[in-house]
Amino acid sequence: MTFFQPQASRKAATKAVVEEPSLQPWVEKYRPKTIDDVASQEHTVAVLRRTLTSTNLPHMLFYGPPGTGKTSTILALARQLFGPDNFRSRVLELNASDERGISIVRDKIKNFARQTPRAQTKASDGKTYPCPPYKIIILDEADSMTQDAQAALRRIMETYARITRFCLVCNYVTRIIDPLASRCSKFRFKPLDSESTASRLAHVAQEENVPVSDQVISALISTSQGDLRRSITYLQSASRLSHSTDPPVPITPADIQEIAGVVPDPVINSFATSLGVEVADDSMDVDGGVKAKNFDEVRKKVKGLMREGYSATQILTQLHDLVIEHPTLAAHKKAQCALVFAEADKALCDGADEELWILETALRVYKAAS
Amino acid sequence: MSLWVDFYRPKQLDGLHYHHDLSKRLRSLASSDDFPHMLFYGPSGAGKKTRIACVLRELFGKGTEKLKIDQRVFLTPSKRKLDINVVQSNYHIEITPSEAGSYDRTIIQDLLKEIAQTQQVDLSAKHRFKVVVINEADTLSRDAQAALRRTMEKYMSNMRIILCANSTSKLIAPIKSRCLLVRVAAPTTEEIVEVMKHVAKQERFGLEDEAAKEIAEDSNGNLRKALLVFEALRMQSPDLSGPLTIAKPDWETYCHKVADMIVQEQSPGRVMEVRSKLYELLSHCIPPTVILKTIAERVVDRVDESLKADIMHWAAVYELRMRVGNKKIFHLEAWVVKVMSLYKHFFYGIDMDGFD
Repeated sequence: MTFFQPQASRKAATKAVVEEPSLQPWVEKYRPKTIDDVASQEHTVAVLRRTLTSTNLPHMLFYGPPGTGKTSTILALARQLFGPDNFRSRVLELNASDERGISIVRDKIKNFARQTPRAQTKASDGKTYPCPPYKIIILDEADSMTQDAQAALRRIMETYARITRFCLVCNYVTRIIDPLASRCSKFRFKPLDSESTASRLAHVAQEENVPVSDQVISALISTSQGDLRRSITYLQSASRLSHSTDPPVPITPADIQEIAGVVPDPVINSFATSLGVEVADDSMDVDGGVKAKNFDEVRKKVKGLMREGYSATQILTQLHDLVIEHPTLAAHKKAQCALVFAEADKALCDGADEELWILETALRVYKAAS
Repeated sequence: MSLWVDFYRPKQLDGLHYHHDLSKRLRSLASSDDFPHMLFYGPSGAGKKTRIACVLRELFGKGTEKLKIDQRVFLTPSKRKLDINVVQSNYHIEITPSEAGSYDRTIIQDLLKEIAQTQQVDLSAKHRFKVVVINEADTLSRDAQAALRRTMEKYMSNMRIILCANSTSKLIAPIKSRCLLVRVAAPTTEEIVEVMKHVAKQERFGLEDEAAKEIAEDSNGNLRKALLVFEALRMQSPDLSGPLTIAKPDWETYCHKVADMIVQEQSPGRVMEVRSKLYELLSHCIPPTVILKTIAERVVDRVDESLKADIMHWAAVYELRMRVGNKKIFHLEAWVVKVMSLYKHFFYGIDMDGFD
């Protein structure tokens, strides 16, 4: 059936999946089945296609932002190399949800790596696969492996290089220790451009019989910022919501924004206006008296926002976009605001109190804009 | 006899008093076969857990109300034993992984895999999957969140996850992109009044509009707090007539006292007094962030306009340092001294620029 079935059935007896493919997340359902299907990573695909014919493969390190097709590419490649029947015995996939401490590297990975690959079993679907004489170990989300575990991999990678290839998949290449990175050929996955995202989304929507307008597609692209997985998930959630009512209502861009947790534009605009960003003359002529009222107003506005339950980082991101791209605001004011946003972002990352920091941002933007 | 908060907690989506659009969406989601992973977020007292319970009931019927509490033992990689309380019914399981501190990853891995690998045995169950409710998801460590990532995709066929968090800021993007985000905003004052009227009607007594409004406004959008205060007041004066005195919690009045002390006098002696009071508060397990925020709010109300922004700025800065640092009291004190010096300099008209 689908590409993912052999894996899923390895861990769980998933008859249910076979019976009800509609329950699969679309992300899994529309995972590329061959490397040629992988969207907009032409360079990587071109290099990998050559390995399909030459039966030789280097150790690989895939890195790039989430949702750009790293895992999909290696799974599709392995699938094309080995076919469905050899896949299980030739590929070991480990990700962050598996225990991956140093003991696992020493036992499980080493044991798998040292096995001589079994002879090729006859492909049941009648096609012929190259099935080169090595196994592949996929370490997904490798940047969450500990330094020790990575160090333990070093020698293993070299010793069994004859019969085993490693593929490390990670978001941040800097978290992979140098000795490992130098043993691999690196492939960078760039964020998807909007055309290929759009065409991919349109394809999924068409297959699933979901009517989507161009506005919805562009809303999906702008909220997901090059992350194809995220946009497909949003599309699926939106279609769930629209299908669940009777009769189905068409998906609107506002739905997408709500699902994505984006603060609606009017809310952000009114917040920015109250900080004196949008309507410049609103706060230009303030003297002491009016300003006194305004501190409390700013505070009230912030409290209102927090009560609505919007997430602080999201507010910050959107306010940042609004201020930085503001057409008339003077450059030095923007610079001051940018400084605040940076500080606030750092603070929020360190786990500071959201309300205090949004208030702090608001007050300083207010001061800078007035 | 349980508290009103629990007694009148709606058990079904129809019984919810506000966010009707949301209830409608949730109902239609629960009735379709295709139920996604979900993430409920919103301020406390907004009704997140109530909605989760309602959704579960809508999904599986009455069986979800039969809860049992288990104590499970987990073994960490370093062979330490962890006892974790787990609330479960036949159809769902509820955990608070942050109880385990930095070992939350072990719990997520063990428990989720165990559930994911067992199938629903009850053939009469409406759905083939089990639901795992993870409370306080925003306190999960990075590792634990990373452990959730692939699990959520891989075991979609026999497990769904419902996360409950105060804010999405601390959740990593891959988790957010795998969930349907559900924002539960705090109820407005009118909505709280409506709920209180409903409770009053069930308890068979009249509730004055003004009293209700006062309680609702005091609660600051926290429905739980509003109902608790409401019940307490009802105990004091059964007819709720006359001037209402909403009793503030002790720690809050205490914080206000500290704020007043800061504004009254700025001297080393006063710092010592404030310090002993802060120690008192900390030793009663009031979270330092709450102390700082309450005092700052109060101080800001009582000082000159030009100082307000600065005071909040330093409150934000020291709150952050408190999180990063180790000794809370140092940073609380530093803030108090900062405020005092700002205040004093303001009075003597000294320019504070370049004094940071």
